[in-house]
Amino acid sequence: MSPPEDQALHGAIFEESAVLTVKDLSRICAVDERHIVEFVEEGVLHVVETDAAEWRFTGAALRRARVALRLERDLELNLAGVALALELIEELQRLRRAVRVGP
Amino acid sequence: MEFKDYYKIMGVARDATEAQIKQAYRKLARKYHPDVSKEKDAEARFKEVGEAYEVLKSPDKRAAYDQLGQGHSGQEFKPPPDWGSGFEFAGAGSGDPSYSDFFESLFGAQGRAGNRRGEAHAGQGEDHHAKVLLDLDATLHGGARQLTLRTPEIDAQGRLVSKERVLNVQVPKGILAGQHIRLAGQGARPAGAAAPGDLYIEVDFQPHPLYRIEGRDLYLDLPVSPWEAALGAAVKTPTPTGTVDLKIPAAAHAGTKLRLKGRGIPASPPGDFYVVLQIALPPADDVKAKAAYAAFAAELPFNPRASLGV
Repeated sequence: MSPPEDQALHGAIFEESAVLTVKDLSRICAVDERHIVEFVEEGVLHVVETDAAEWRFTGAALRRARVALRLERDLELNLAGVALALELIEELQRLRRAVRVGP
Repeated sequence: MEFKDYYKIMGVARDATEAQIKQAYRKLARKYHPDVSKEKDAEARFKEVGEAYEVLKSPDKRAAYDQLGQGHSGQEFKPPPDWGSGFEFAGAGSGDPSYSDFFESLFGAQGRAGNRRGEAHAGQGEDHHAKVLLDLDATLHGGARQLTLRTPEIDAQGRLVSKERVLNVQVPKGILAGQHIRLAGQGARPAGAAAPGDLYIEVDFQPHPLYRIEGRDLYLDLPVSPWEAALGAAVKTPTPTGTVDLKIPAAAHAGTKLRLKGRGIPASPPGDFYVVLQIALPPADDVKAKAAYAAFAAELPFNPRASLGV
């Protein structure tokens, strides 16, 4: 099943090395930079280095931004709704983990 | 190709108003949205609902669809030869280009044109995104995998089409669910000499028969006998790096969690491997076993319901 390794495309784990700017997220997610800024203002995305001249995000912001965009688009949510949904989803994941994993 | 009853999928009557259709869509979309739902077939159902809504929310498409009449459900379906004449479909799609063959045959690619968000930056092709389900082994050991991706592409007529693409990718060891493999230069190839975009592959894992995956940690439910739990024992235990002899401490109970540090997913930092004990009771299905249980009953003054006050 496993194809030969020498012909395989090599990729890196994006989250481990990436430090992202508003511009990067805007490009990768194909949305306006303004939209990314709104996500930060609403608390959907978290800036890690606020004192730098430019906002910086960890690589994990990519997935969060993409989930937020999908929720906005598919469920026609506004920003506050997206922020609330993300928080509830995370809470739900925590609880599910606690239930499954046991004491 | 099977006829799709979009009204049935949405759970609305054929004479439902636009408001009713919208309401039904929102309810179903919340229920089956893949980022929210834990329903088994959420993704498939969500696509189906999205497709149904795409048709029923647009007066043009809905009128065209209604013309096909009823009674097709479950049957082989071929669109009538004059199908599509006199209708023009615009409207924004849901963003996912993978609609059913049924939809494609009726509305074709123009049915879902115009759903592209934003424009690629000048000088570089657009970045693409895909999601794959990997086996746990891929991250435990790394290795090449044949990945089948559905990625949107712009065809020669400038339309957005979903194309199947098979890539041979070296999976980085230690990648976690929700993380992305970035393949530089594997995104959209713009016309001309501009640089291609990148491809981001979001990773998730197929359920493993033995281990539960929680971020970088792995969990195994390990059945032990009552005497192994009570007296302590060394028992054979499967781990991702092979079978080990695991020491069960004396006076262990159901739910006792034993941690094997660093034996989870080899990310940085590496995850841990947790063994959660379960007490398995031997069946009392022969004379010898029954006698053993009876001896327990006679020897042990044990009331499992003491905490209930009875």
